[in-house]
Amino acid sequence: MSALVADVVAVRVPERTWRSEARAVKTVWRRDMIRFLGNRAQTMTWLIQPLLFLFVLGSGLQSLSAASTDGVDLKTFIFPGVVCIAVLFTAMISAASLVWDRELGFLREMMVAPVSRTSIIVGKCLGAATIAASQGAIVLALAGFVDVPYDPVLLLGALGLLVLLAFTVTAFGVLVAVTIKQAQTFTWVMQMVVFPMLFLSGALYPVAGLPAWLEVLNRINPLTYAVDPMRHLVFSHLDVSEAARRTLDPGVTWFGWRVPSLVEVGVVVLLGLAMMGVAIRRFSRTD
Amino acid sequence: MHPFIPPAIEVEDLVKSYGEVDAVRGVSFAVPPGEVFGFLGPNGAGKSTTINMLCTLVTPTAGTARVSGFDVVTRRDEVRRHIGLVFQDPTLDLQLTAAQNLRLHGDLYGIGAEVIPARMDQMLRMVGLADRRDQRVITFSGGMKRRLEIARGLMHSPRVLFLDEPTIGLDPQTRSSIWRYIRALQESEGTTIFMTTHYMDEAEFCDRIAIMDRGEIVVLDTPEALKAGVGADRVVLGTADDDAALAALRDRFGIEASVAEGAVTFHVENGEAFVPRLFAELDVAITSVAVSRPTLDDVFMRHTGTTIRDAETGGPADLNRAMMRAMAGAKR
Repeated sequence: MSALVADVVAVRVPERTWRSEARAVKTVWRRDMIRFLGNRAQTMTWLIQPLLFLFVLGSGLQSLSAASTDGVDLKTFIFPGVVCIAVLFTAMISAASLVWDRELGFLREMMVAPVSRTSIIVGKCLGAATIAASQGAIVLALAGFVDVPYDPVLLLGALGLLVLLAFTVTAFGVLVAVTIKQAQTFTWVMQMVVFPMLFLSGALYPVAGLPAWLEVLNRINPLTYAVDPMRHLVFSHLDVSEAARRTLDPGVTWFGWRVPSLVEVGVVVLLGLAMMGVAIRRFSRTD
Repeated sequence: MHPFIPPAIEVEDLVKSYGEVDAVRGVSFAVPPGEVFGFLGPNGAGKSTTINMLCTLVTPTAGTARVSGFDVVTRRDEVRRHIGLVFQDPTLDLQLTAAQNLRLHGDLYGIGAEVIPARMDQMLRMVGLADRRDQRVITFSGGMKRRLEIARGLMHSPRVLFLDEPTIGLDPQTRSSIWRYIRALQESEGTTIFMTTHYMDEAEFCDRIAIMDRGEIVVLDTPEALKAGVGADRVVLGTADDDAALAALRDRFGIEASVAEGAVTFHVENGEAFVPRLFAELDVAITSVAVSRPTLDDVFMRHTGTTIRDAETGGPADLNRAMMRAMAGAKR
């Protein structure tokens, strides 16, 4: 037995500092990356739905919509929305891994570690957001197939937007994940919250001239404020008629005021931070 | 026990209630550094709840507990830095390899990045998983997973290692190797070990044992003292003439024996010393003799009036257990 333990490698656990917390954030993030990269085939299947929207729904409805889109292909029109949908789905599914961690026991390993609950949540948000953003980037890379130019400013801007959206949706998903305790409930949330969010967001239709009830629901939907600047960015790089621009990229208005993209982005970021804050508070309660 | 070193674990009147149900009803004990301390009792006796309070996962309803000198409520972080945990239910990431699981643990505990690889190799060697280090845990057997959990619990050299039913559901061979690690560890790093079990035979490996039943410690002592407390050894004799043997035992030694399952059976203090006298003085031919020491089963039975097995299948503590399961489910 003594031979077994003769050369003990001495280690010690240091006191908590901001550096150890940063390391914990990175550790939680890196775990998500390892799992994501080890499971690429599976995560790729999460893209099927957005791609169905883009290529199947987009192509299928093209003949119906041709009369009203002033020469703009429907696929081109819904492209920015579909990028957001890809981010939305992936971020929610990635955030749900926290529920699985609880179910499969791994959460306890993190809970008893000498790190703050804040670091665990922040790491988780960043991890799931990174995965969601990379999935969004894959869809973004298909721009050429739907006549959206590969313009560096457009691509970088869209990338920045989808990173922010990924973070906010993840924060929402993590908030749901720390609130509910069972994996089945998360599926229910996807059905009852995520799909309505998707359909109310204007990802698949213009947000002007909606019936009043739909307009209200659209304006209180956080996803609206990610889709709109994304669409605006894409349309500013398209060569389309003024009429098409007015119909297809009317912009979100609050009581007649056209909300600038920067304000919309601000809404997305603030919502994300607020939801992460609530998630941290809830997660920090023991017992 | 060194007079200047505080106890590794110090518990005073610790209580945990879930609504109407008292899972733990005021337990007190102290564990000196370096001891292997066992908590023995049926499922639902309050063992896991006590462990969860000691490792800061559950807040006590009343009472105090200090681990490595730090209060488990007010100095939670300090406690966490000094303890290692192996839970009853697996807490590994099955998608990661053995090495990735250990590295993740080292990172979470803030161990120097430069010592992690060496420490990791050492732990994997100790539990015999060195050749599996780069395989995903999902491919491991139950015993391998448990060994990996133990290796992980030790990655950061904890002062106190909590093991909640570390050998439950494992085959005897794996169980004995796990006990080897536990002893090796205690020798090499002076780690205090606090474990729960409901295997009687395992409890004997502990330095001291607390028997818990229905949220209370019914008795606490060394295994030897506990067994001695039960009293006499059991002697079973095969003889040529049982009736003559019974009479001789009564007349010469003043022992009331009986015939049970075809053999003369009686209880006597210090049975091993008694047997030579028996051979010398009993004028009936003896064909076989068996002396059995009291087991912890006898101890448990004497202090709770029931065997562990019976305690788990019926009786008034059932409500407690059902409640505990409900709580455990809700926590998840």
